Amino acid sequence: MCTTCGCSATTSAVDAGPATGQEDHAHAHAHRENDSHWHVHSDGTSHSHAHEHGDEHVHAPAQRVTLEQQILAKNQQLAERNRGWLAGRGVLALNLVSAPGSGKTTLLERTLRDLRGELVIGVVEGDQATQIDAERIRATGCPVIQVNTGTGCHLEADMLARGLQHLDPPSGSVVLVENVGNLVCPALFDLGEQAKVVILSVTEGEDKPLKYPHMFRASDLMLLNKIDLLPHLRFDLQRCIGYARQVNPSMRVLCVSAQTGEGMAGWYDFLRERRAATRRDARVIEGG
Amino acid sequence: MHELSITRSVVALCAERANGARVQRVTLVIGQLSGVMADAVRFCFDICARGTPVEGASLEIIETPGRARCLDCGGEIELPMLAMRCLCGSANLQLLSGDELKVREMEVV
Repeated sequence: MCTTCGCSATTSAVDAGPATGQEDHAHAHAHRENDSHWHVHSDGTSHSHAHEHGDEHVHAPAQRVTLEQQILAKNQQLAERNRGWLAGRGVLALNLVSAPGSGKTTLLERTLRDLRGELVIGVVEGDQATQIDAERIRATGCPVIQVNTGTGCHLEADMLARGLQHLDPPSGSVVLVENVGNLVCPALFDLGEQAKVVILSVTEGEDKPLKYPHMFRASDLMLLNKIDLLPHLRFDLQRCIGYARQVNPSMRVLCVSAQTGEGMAGWYDFLRERRAATRRDARVIEGG
Repeated sequence: MHELSITRSVVALCAERANGARVQRVTLVIGQLSGVMADAVRFCFDICARGTPVEGASLEIIETPGRARCLDCGGEIELPMLAMRCLCGSANLQLLSGDELKVREMEVV
């Protein structure tokens, strides 16, 4: 028998000597039918013998490589690059996340129309497919870039980087990123935004913050949308807010209706406040 | 299904660090509170590895439990999911572990 690998040799011509179990040795298998072959050991000795198996293989000691590397490190690096780019220009970027159908695009349309003339706002629209949302935003007169993720269920930092390049937001402006409608995946992917804003509509059920805690934990602000529909629903507003704060005690909550405009003033104040802070920080960067 | 994108990142990271060698085993650490399902990563791994130096590698996943410190009573609690309170009733929790999402090591030949 081969003393290195233990394969069953019956016609051994040259014994390889005592094996340490450590040496590399290659088997060249030119056979399958007659089961005889020869192989070379690292010390130069070679022998031929019969063999049970027919697949070519190399025994080499496996080398363990310690990585301890964050799986999302690459996305994180690109997100930090976006964050730096935005901060350098004094641009406020917010990542709007929600389930499909919460009214994100309607909320954006109203925001853009109401703040026209006061804030310069550009939009990056993320959807798996179509230009439908970008067309709706374009109709408000604001610059918009549509990013289609194809099979992807969320935006990633490199997609926002491309979106920002095309959008080219002026210094001191605001970029609102409408992420793909999905309460799970976008929570994990930092885009380089200053904050995530989660939108939950009252038609969805008040327990969503508990069911999708990652998203609600990752967001600074929750907009509870479609409150004009409350008289027609059995939705306990306070319970929903309680659930959101259970997941994220520092969460700010605003109740709004993008349809009627109710409560939207609070959201606009949030935008003004964050934009002012971003511009202050940019001046600090400029001042060195 | 962000696990597909996560698993692609794992394969890309290992293939790059393998530097031409063949990867035969990959060990990941996935925390209970990371938002990533270990089973879904296992499901995607072989498909993502196909045609790369990671093809055929075995995948080992170490799943770490969630733990948190209560910022109100100072106690340490197990946190199997994010939407939980401390026994004292507080939701003001600081994560201690369970949100890990990393490649610990790999074996190359």
